[in-house]
Amino acid sequence: MKPQSHAFKANVAQALTNEPLKKALGGIKHGFVANRAKARTNLPEFEELRDEAKAVKEHTLAHLDLYLEEYEAKVSEAGGHVHWAPSAQNARDIILNICREADAKTVTKGKTMIGEEIAINEHLAKADITPVETDLGEYLVQIRDEPPSHIIAPAIHLTKAQVESDFRQLHTDLPIDRVLDEPGQLVAEARKVLRERFLAADVGITGANLLIAETGTSVIVTNEGNGDLTQCLPRVHIVIASIEKTVPTLEDANTILRVLARSATGQECSTYTTYTTGPKRPGDPDGPEEYHVVLLDNGRTEMLGSEFHDMLRCIRCGACMNHCPVYGAVGGHAYGWVYPGPMGAVLTPSLIGIDEAGHLPNASTFCGRCEAVCPMRIPLPKMMRQYREREYEKGNTPPLYKLGMKLWAFAAKRHRLYQALTGLAIPLMARLGKRSGRFRTFPLAGGWTRHRDLPAPQGKTFQQLWREKEAKS
Amino acid sequence: MNTAQSRQFVLDAIRGALDIKSDDTVRKATVQKRLKAHPSNLVPEHAKSSGDANLELFIEKLEGQSASVSRAVSTSDIPEIVAAYLRENNLPAEFRTGSDELFERIPWETAPTLTRHQGRGQGSDAVTMSRARTAAAETGTLFLTSGAENPTTLNFLPDTHIMVISRKDILGSYEDAWNALRQVYGPRTLPRAVNLVSGPSRTADIEQIIVMGAHGPRRLHVIIVG
Repeated sequence: MKPQSHAFKANVAQALTNEPLKKALGGIKHGFVANRAKARTNLPEFEELRDEAKAVKEHTLAHLDLYLEEYEAKVSEAGGHVHWAPSAQNARDIILNICREADAKTVTKGKTMIGEEIAINEHLAKADITPVETDLGEYLVQIRDEPPSHIIAPAIHLTKAQVESDFRQLHTDLPIDRVLDEPGQLVAEARKVLRERFLAADVGITGANLLIAETGTSVIVTNEGNGDLTQCLPRVHIVIASIEKTVPTLEDANTILRVLARSATGQECSTYTTYTTGPKRPGDPDGPEEYHVVLLDNGRTEMLGSEFHDMLRCIRCGACMNHCPVYGAVGGHAYGWVYPGPMGAVLTPSLIGIDEAGHLPNASTFCGRCEAVCPMRIPLPKMMRQYREREYEKGNTPPLYKLGMKLWAFAAKRHRLYQALTGLAIPLMARLGKRSGRFRTFPLAGGWTRHRDLPAPQGKTFQQLWREKEAKS
Repeated sequence: MNTAQSRQFVLDAIRGALDIKSDDTVRKATVQKRLKAHPSNLVPEHAKSSGDANLELFIEKLEGQSASVSRAVSTSDIPEIVAAYLRENNLPAEFRTGSDELFERIPWETAPTLTRHQGRGQGSDAVTMSRARTAAAETGTLFLTSGAENPTTLNFLPDTHIMVISRKDILGSYEDAWNALRQVYGPRTLPRAVNLVSGPSRTADIEQIIVMGAHGPRRLHVIIVG
């Protein structure tokens, strides 16, 4: 998709008045967030496993060239083909070529964020090859011609009523008077429609959660089983994965998997975890005749060893966005490209540039919840701050913001002046706001009070309270 | 950029970013050692159970993920268990299996109502049956391997999937299960597909409400033998 991250502010303004979106996002707290907390409590070793998972990835990244060579050798040994794609365009060309050689008419797809990143669907469609998304959430957004709004729950922004209306509009060969009130009825209808697509597809494309160097294996996790039907029915299977998905061994994969589902949906493990190594073997009655892996760089090697290196540990669980107050208010589409939420606020400018995506690192209150829940302990707020600094240095900051920062910095560097000013302002604000405890409007803070009230201070500054506390003890 | 150039471009970019000198024998040795020894990382304590406790954990985890479980004393009990299960769930008394020797040993004639078909999965299959090679009680997960014995398509196409596993094949952790498969397939080698299954297919893509049977089986029934 064409990035719309530059329009972040306008996107947000629109999202904040979107009532169905508000309703849909309201479910995250009771779903993903509550379930992750429970999963964490139920596994006493969870925090230690996070440290180990981080160590596995750091070890892999420090030896990435060698593990990729090992992985490639094992895939070839199993009869598969590895293709290296420095850029998104390279990856698109490689995939289209494979599809053309297979004389493909339709391509089924398992969920792949890399597929979104390289915009493979548009590319195939232009060449008269029909891509069919098979993950239910991906199907729901594909038929609306929308991008996914969450990396593990693509249609989280939609309500049941919207899905029903889309199905009635699209599945016109089904009886008009059929009942579609419950999610179960909608799922059954999608199952029926997509089953035919699975059986008819010439090529199946999936992503990969992990690539295992030990055995030349790609791993996907799903709950629906759509990824499996995508890869075991068509004649050709294409895996698209970015280079940092590599881990050394099956044991290392275990460690990542132990934190992945728990952080994502709060499950102990996904329903299906599938390890695929090469095409069908002699005597196998099913499986693809051809097995291809497209290894995508597209900016990752530039992040390696840089100040954004830690982002390469990301395993795409979505915990950071599930726990983000900004994501929870505006949803994923506002971020304007493939990766939303805190991980997107760091990854998007790294992959498509600060000029397009400079607003995203500002979409944070720095509350720190993203880093607190990240299974790979990625310092997301720190990296967003680094992008803010870069943006400031590049001169992209608005003049009024700059002036404000300068005034604040002038006072903050002179602590007597700062204390004198706050010592005057805070008691005054406390007196003015005493009755209701909040301000509905406030001079110079219109941007804040337009959407919410400003709480009134209690009467003393932090420094004053601290001095009193010290004096008492 | 041709294929070889693309490969070199990515590898050079990695080596440049990592500031690797030409002589990196230490790194190479580190990688080879890790691949060969595949050292275990931390295994959760609960995954180290054994005996009855391990079996109980396995059943508890599976049932917690909406699978149903029955126990068979020996393979000769399986026909009656299958027939009863299909009857109770109003399912046709027909199913498909692969060529696993276990299915050849089962005395199917003791349940004459049952019809067994053989081969890979079909889009129209209502019920299929597979043998799981091993299992990890840690998360109630069965490991199925591809091949004519248990074709992969049998795991995903039917409405109802029945799995048979020997009690002795139910291990504690994922580490135990992979080591068991290494015994069968050899070091650094896996069959085309290894499917880890922990319950029936599900989705929560509509308003985060869980619905069973998204694309794969709506029901999973596991028969533990022994």
